[in-house]
Amino acid sequence: MTREIIIAGFGGQGVMSIGKTLTEAGLKEGYEVSWVPSYGPEMRGGTANCAVVISDEPIGSPVVSRPSELIAMNGPSLAKFEPQVTSGGLILVNASQAEQKVSRQDVKAYYIPSMEEAGKLGSFKVANMIMLGAYIKATGALKLETIADMLSHVFTGPKAHLVALNIKALEVGASYIK
Amino acid sequence: MQKELWKGNEAIAEAAVRAGCKAYFGYPITPQNEIPEYMSHRMPETGGVFLQAESEVAAINMVYGASAAGVRAMTSSSSPGISLKQEGISYLIGAELPAVIVNMMRGGPGLGTIQAGQADYFQATRAPGHGDGHMIVLAPSGIQEAVDLVADAFDMADIYRNPVMILADGMIGQMMEPIVWKEREAVALPPKDWAALGREAPGKTHFVTSLRLQSPENERFNQELTGKYQRIADKETRWEEIDCQDADLIIVAYGTTSRICQSAARKLRQEGIKVGIFRPITLWPYPYEALRKAAQQQSVKAVLTVEMSSGQMVEDVRLAMCGLKPTPFYGRTGGMIPETDDVADKVRQILQEVKP
Repeated sequence: MTREIIIAGFGGQGVMSIGKTLTEAGLKEGYEVSWVPSYGPEMRGGTANCAVVISDEPIGSPVVSRPSELIAMNGPSLAKFEPQVTSGGLILVNASQAEQKVSRQDVKAYYIPSMEEAGKLGSFKVANMIMLGAYIKATGALKLETIADMLSHVFTGPKAHLVALNIKALEVGASYIK
Repeated sequence: MQKELWKGNEAIAEAAVRAGCKAYFGYPITPQNEIPEYMSHRMPETGGVFLQAESEVAAINMVYGASAAGVRAMTSSSSPGISLKQEGISYLIGAELPAVIVNMMRGGPGLGTIQAGQADYFQATRAPGHGDGHMIVLAPSGIQEAVDLVADAFDMADIYRNPVMILADGMIGQMMEPIVWKEREAVALPPKDWAALGREAPGKTHFVTSLRLQSPENERFNQELTGKYQRIADKETRWEEIDCQDADLIIVAYGTTSRICQSAARKLRQEGIKVGIFRPITLWPYPYEALRKAAQQQSVKAVLTVEMSSGQMVEDVRLAMCGLKPTPFYGRTGGMIPETDDVADKVRQILQEVKP
């Protein structure tokens, strides 16, 4: 099983960090992984994206042109990458910053108002974690506990309280997948 | 051994530190900036020197100076910056000084783009600078291999007293993959008894230079160089063959492109089309004989070269093949990256055309 994931949005939405967290978690669960960022002028204000491959066999191309899964954090990213998703694939839309719906019938789509939900949790910064939680639930690709465990290593000392907040965000995202 | 997730540029820098690099000189340029950034704190930590030079020209000449003093030294840049370093590279070759130079290629010509490219192949393998001379050119296709090759590069540079280039596309620098820091067996290295470390005794002066004004002497030196390059070709040529046995078609590709072709080959296998991958690891010396041998098999109908250029390595493929089999080419250039599906389409099209 090879998952080819594109995560795309505005710079500053935590797009790269969703990708890195997925990659690291994949590695921890014993999968082959790769992470490729867009590093062009789009980093400076426009859309940014990264491609993650998680596989149980050695990875050929780390470059993803036909993603099996897309996390679109804004409207322009959905418009750009929707046509590239493979038939039968998955699209997770950050409904807070994408007004349009997925027009294709041959993919599965979920809409998560991540900013509104993050606001309710008291920090807009965890909107990306809400999307990640939805991804994990929708795909079953990785275990939520793997990511929770990683968070406890990232946030330590005075930042330790952020562990619970981020785990809550993952759970809120997961609750949108029915 | 535990797998760690590393970004290509940072992994290459750390590999250099672990290989005993004691001097890094560079000038910023995307997509390799993480190398100097990493070195700026790691070099002082390990008792080495980090210096951001005023230009690429200055940086390569600082490498010359450090290397002449017997220290393991490196610089890194991306395409336009390497062009600026070429005079210095020729001087390193002429003075027989070891050095490691990383080129994280971007799309050219000129300033071009900061996206990945492979269009500096001619520059690296044919004309590293003016005059007769070569660099050993190593082309990693992933982060683990990049790390391993950096260690080999420092050893080769010392053994052959010649600059060695790590030639990678920008994608290798920017991507993250898991790697293992392997224990390496120590390689026997010749003593640097030529290094300019100050006069040992009257009459024992070490003089490091590329200036040989007397033509007969200079010709002799060039002949020695030629002999050295033959020894390197005999001993250091490296490549990888993936599923070339009984292949209908062999794709020749290096770096990130070889990975994309590997994905295309897997896809084609599912359709019953047998595609092998021949991946040169040393671009100079080039594995001509091995490629010819792989392609000689009856089953192989064509040898397709895929590059992120308008067609550069394909000339070496054609030299290896000498007309033995058709040698078509597929390339994306200017910072564009070939797609798996397009490579697969090209293979199907070629096999249609060469059908008896």
